[in-house]
Amino acid sequence: MRKILVVEDSPSTRAFVRSTLESESGVADVEVSEATSGFDALRLLPRGPYDLVITDINMPDINGLELVQFMRKSELHKQTPILLISTQSSERDRQRGIRLGASGYLAKPFAGKALVEEVHKHLRPVGGEGHG
Amino acid sequence: MADPTERARDEFLSEAQEIVETLSRNLLDLDASVRSGSIDPALVNEAFRAVHTLKGLAGLFGAARLGHLSHRLEDVLDDLRLGRMVLSADVLDALFAAIDVYGRLLSLEREGRDEPSPAAEELLARLERLGADAPNRAAPVTEYELDPGLLAVLTEYEEHRLRANLEQKMRLYRLRVEFDLTTIDKALEDMKTRAKRHGEIITYLPAGEATSADAIELDLLMASRDDLATLIGALGADNVVIEEIPRRRSSMLNEPARPTHGAMALTAAESAMPSVSAGEGPIEQGPSLRSLTQTVRVDIRKLDALMNVVGELAIVRGAIARLADRLRVEGQRQLTAELQRLHRSFDRRLAEMQAGILEVRMVPLGQVFDRLARVVRQIGREMSKEIRLVITGSETEIDKLIVEELSDPLMHMIRNAIDHGIEPSARRAEVGKPPAGTIALNAYQKGNHVMIEVEDDGRGIDEQAVLDKAVRLGKIAPEDATELSREEVLALVFLPGVSTSQTVSDLSGRGVGMDIVKTNIARLGGIIDVQSEPGIGTKMTITLPITLAIVSALMVHIADQVFAIPLSTVSEALSLDTGMSRTLDGREVITLRGQTLQLCRLDRVLSLERKKTPAPRKSYVVVVSLGNRRLGVVVDHLVGQQDIVIKPLGRSLASVRGFAGATELGDQRVGLVLDAASIVDEAFSGSEVARERSTSLG
Repeated sequence: MRKILVVEDSPSTRAFVRSTLESESGVADVEVSEATSGFDALRLLPRGPYDLVITDINMPDINGLELVQFMRKSELHKQTPILLISTQSSERDRQRGIRLGASGYLAKPFAGKALVEEVHKHLRPVGGEGHG
Repeated sequence: MADPTERARDEFLSEAQEIVETLSRNLLDLDASVRSGSIDPALVNEAFRAVHTLKGLAGLFGAARLGHLSHRLEDVLDDLRLGRMVLSADVLDALFAAIDVYGRLLSLEREGRDEPSPAAEELLARLERLGADAPNRAAPVTEYELDPGLLAVLTEYEEHRLRANLEQKMRLYRLRVEFDLTTIDKALEDMKTRAKRHGEIITYLPAGEATSADAIELDLLMASRDDLATLIGALGADNVVIEEIPRRRSSMLNEPARPTHGAMALTAAESAMPSVSAGEGPIEQGPSLRSLTQTVRVDIRKLDALMNVVGELAIVRGAIARLADRLRVEGQRQLTAELQRLHRSFDRRLAEMQAGILEVRMVPLGQVFDRLARVVRQIGREMSKEIRLVITGSETEIDKLIVEELSDPLMHMIRNAIDHGIEPSARRAEVGKPPAGTIALNAYQKGNHVMIEVEDDGRGIDEQAVLDKAVRLGKIAPEDATELSREEVLALVFLPGVSTSQTVSDLSGRGVGMDIVKTNIARLGGIIDVQSEPGIGTKMTITLPITLAIVSALMVHIADQVFAIPLSTVSEALSLDTGMSRTLDGREVITLRGQTLQLCRLDRVLSLERKKTPAPRKSYVVVVSLGNRRLGVVVDHLVGQQDIVIKPLGRSLASVRGFAGATELGDQRVGLVLDAASIVDEAFSGSEVARERSTSLG
């Protein structure tokens, strides 16, 4: 079971990410949790660790960068790969996210295929075995 | 059931629609904020975020036109929020125009049409001409002992807000607040509201590990003009520690600040974000740990389908009741009692179910009022009239379908009010009125009805002009014109052709007559009344049923046929003995408690044949009232009350006036549902008056 947390305040984007990951061409045996805001993520993180956290940068409360920093300081989430979602225009914010310890980023809008590929790049192989 | 892709697409379109509505409200607030002379940065940021989300959504769902427009708007709003562009009236106009274009693009998407939209192209070109025009000054962030860890996590926008506040010589504070995780949303919202009065919160930062599983500390970075003591007075609490972030003595750059644990969130409070955050939409989380998403979107057709099932069940319930009656007659007392118990319990549950479904269909009228506020602003600008819009009762709830259908009629009424009602400010000054015209939009519930008033303080309706026009159009005979009461004259504006341009006013390029408005309102089971005082103003009142889904009706017999009269329109029923009625001005009337009540004999109006039975000696009058008008409908028998689901008439009968639809009666028969609104209208309209007079004379 791979646990993925999606932090995003747009319901449609969340639904898109979820259905893409859960689809046949998505991630095998995945459990997707959705957080609707930065706070919501704080509430859900203690239920981790997650195998991957996908987070938007621009959110109304705690922003994605703050979430990355918070996770990197936490024992439980220090190692968790974090994938940032951002707009093309916010190059500066993206760079900052990577510097803070995010593992990668995906510029909105993205295709389902690109999402799945990027997710596989950051998910660690199950049990350290072979090509997943 | 739709396939997942189609559902996702529907979901996308409704979310996009909601975002556009939020954006529209946001722009109105922004407009007000600009007028008041201090632009609220949070509003600009909200608008940016809305467009940003739209762009992302459009990309995900391959809506190229929507994506293109959002992209360009995002650039403009990004420039605005980062202080690279000045928010002028031109810019604001372009943003308002975007709301309409979004509306068009969304309908094209919904209809699956992918032709280019000229309006969108035009707007894109217009947006292209708006360039960044304000230099982005670097503000002295380094003059404060800010934690570099904090500076590292600020988004570009937050950093800009920090600089902007520092430029204004604001003080910086760090608020460390411990929140209970289960109640953080509400607690933070409260905090924001209180902080807003004192400054701007720039960011929120989680301060390290949660202190326990249930609590978390946040650092809020706040900018404020107030001193520490004032802030502590305003925001202090057991769970809040406030510190001022000192200015450095030397302004050495890159000097690492003392290493603080965790990160800090500093906030600048601005006078922003109040109503906007409230209107943020259904995504706001509840307090519970488990509740991630507490709202679902439901296609109203699904609710209609459920309501239909309730209707069918109501018929079953009726059948059970009749069965119980038969059993009783046959002396089956034991079975009768059991069946009656079942019937009562069934009845209760069904009522609960019905109420539940109805509640889900209800939405606040504010949804449509917000759109109208935009229209008022736009029309006011077009006609160079200053308009003050006062809205009350936007929380009044009404059936979603009614709300959807209301925006056009209300828009026409408001357009008329601004166009014909409100005088130019010079004229207003002459007659001692304030230069800005006021349009009041009031909504409230009255029994099973919702009342909506559109009131202006303009010149009022010119009765003579209305009368002249009605005579010229042949709507009334010249000799009748002098006999009409003031109320009857005003009602003439609802006749086709009477209210359109020339006579009533000189403007009105779009010329939508009030007759169309009235027809649209009548289609919703409502009526419209007008009151007007010369020189003082005009008030139009719409009376609407709360819901369209299910109706309690009084079942009656007229010439062997069963009719249903919606109970919401029935004020009383009384028996009519021969000799009670008399003829007054060519109308059959009775006197009811000292007042004259006009009667309407449907069997004559509808030319119903009385095959089996002759007209009974004794009949009944059902008093139907809508707004201020009452009409007595003469019927043969009163059958009783029944909840009915109104089904539309077949296409061949759809244009017949006087009926709202048909309903199943539970014994495989069908009854027609009287449309009280159109019957009352018919009886009171000028044409009817004229016609009845001529027939009674002839």
